[in-house]
Amino acid sequence: MPSAEAPLVEARGLVRRYGAVRALNGVDLVLGAGEVLLVLGPNGAGKTTLLRTLAGLLRPQAGNVTVAGRPLSRDDPAARRPIGLLSHQSLLYDELSLLENLTLAARLYDLPDPPRRAALALEAQGLASRQHDRPRSLSRGMQQRAAIARALLHDPRLLLLDEPFTGLDAVAADRLRSLLETHRTPERAMVIVTHHAAEAWDLATRVGVLVGGRWVLEAPRPGDPVEFHLAYQELARG
Amino acid sequence: MGRIFRHVLAIAGKDLRLELRSRTSLLSASVFAALVLIVFNFARDPTAVATLDLAPSVLWVTVAFASVVAMNRAFTVERENAAFDGLLLAPVAREVLYLGKYVANLVFVLLVEAIALPLFVLFFNVDIAGALPGLLLTLLLATAGFVAVGTVFSAMVVRTRFAELMLPVLLLPFMVPPLIYAVKTTVPLFAGRRLSEVVDGLRFLALYDVAFITLSVLLFSAVVDE
Repeated sequence: MPSAEAPLVEARGLVRRYGAVRALNGVDLVLGAGEVLLVLGPNGAGKTTLLRTLAGLLRPQAGNVTVAGRPLSRDDPAARRPIGLLSHQSLLYDELSLLENLTLAARLYDLPDPPRRAALALEAQGLASRQHDRPRSLSRGMQQRAAIARALLHDPRLLLLDEPFTGLDAVAADRLRSLLETHRTPERAMVIVTHHAAEAWDLATRVGVLVGGRWVLEAPRPGDPVEFHLAYQELARG
Repeated sequence: MGRIFRHVLAIAGKDLRLELRSRTSLLSASVFAALVLIVFNFARDPTAVATLDLAPSVLWVTVAFASVVAMNRAFTVERENAAFDGLLLAPVAREVLYLGKYVANLVFVLLVEAIALPLFVLFFNVDIAGALPGLLLTLLLATAGFVAVGTVFSAMVVRTRFAELMLPVLLLPFMVPPLIYAVKTTVPLFAGRRLSEVVDGLRFLALYDVAFITLSVLLFSAVVDE
């Protein structure tokens, strides 16, 4: 459901080098509200670098990123407010309880009544009974749910997910897919980085394939996943 | 302004809570301080050098090294689960993040000093009652300065492989000026001089604080932004 309004995310000419390696080599991206972009690519293609750049965690050496009409820059911290990130790691402190972790995040996002907001976010992920537990005492699936609660706490319009299905069993992966489905609304957009298109195929409205820091494909999602998979194998091999 | 203050308090409170839960750094810094004082106490020859001449140097050497041990923890706690990314993602200015980390480090190092000072009095049998107001002011001013620099360097080295080794290498040269003035201020205070007689030393420490806190606030963003 692409919006007729200004794009929610607009990235132009992103370049990011690590020494001689160009992790991003002139990447453009325009994503409207309501869109879900599935980003695929072989290891080292620049997927995580792209995601971290869109989150404002990495500064591109060239190019710029605009989210909800505001350029991401160190001088405008409020520009990061619409962004939620579900990373490889939980972003939670092991020595704090889940409730304390999320309350801290709620305070930093200036949400009203931070402890209550944090408790509600945990409850939404079925973690109300574990809110006083520490992250390291939870299973991988529960940790992932806690990380999701943290990422969604401030109701972000742009949700960035870095291999969100990794390490989850089938039940937890289905649960995550359902959650992302409910989060897919006309006001929001998602970028999902994954190695396996099938994991989030039904969620996606667009598909992008990064190879060597460049798009080799960025288009509306094709209808047939099997056909796409074969084409992807060719693209990924370069 | 109230918003900035709330964020600084939230970040500092989080750091102090983390430390109080684990107590690893507080314990190691305090044990280190006690160890240095014990070694100096048994190594000195009271007939060769008067205790009062040696005591200020011993106090500040102890404070300096215990502070480095304490500050090593500042950003290592942020490494687990990439928790620092969570702070960087928040709509909070990098300068505010710095101030939160700085306040936590300052409280933490002052806590280590509060443990080390009675041990120093115990081992060296120095009567610091008369010098206490001046000594506390000197401790506060000197600590405020080198913790400011230490917080930035701690953020800088945390991504390196040998963070624990790199921090003292970078920080100790910057600690030398405040340490020299802190010792020069402490010597007359221990000798019973009045506070008004050490104003120049205190003024230097205050200037160092203003200069390095300002510089650190300005540099922090460049240090943490990849």
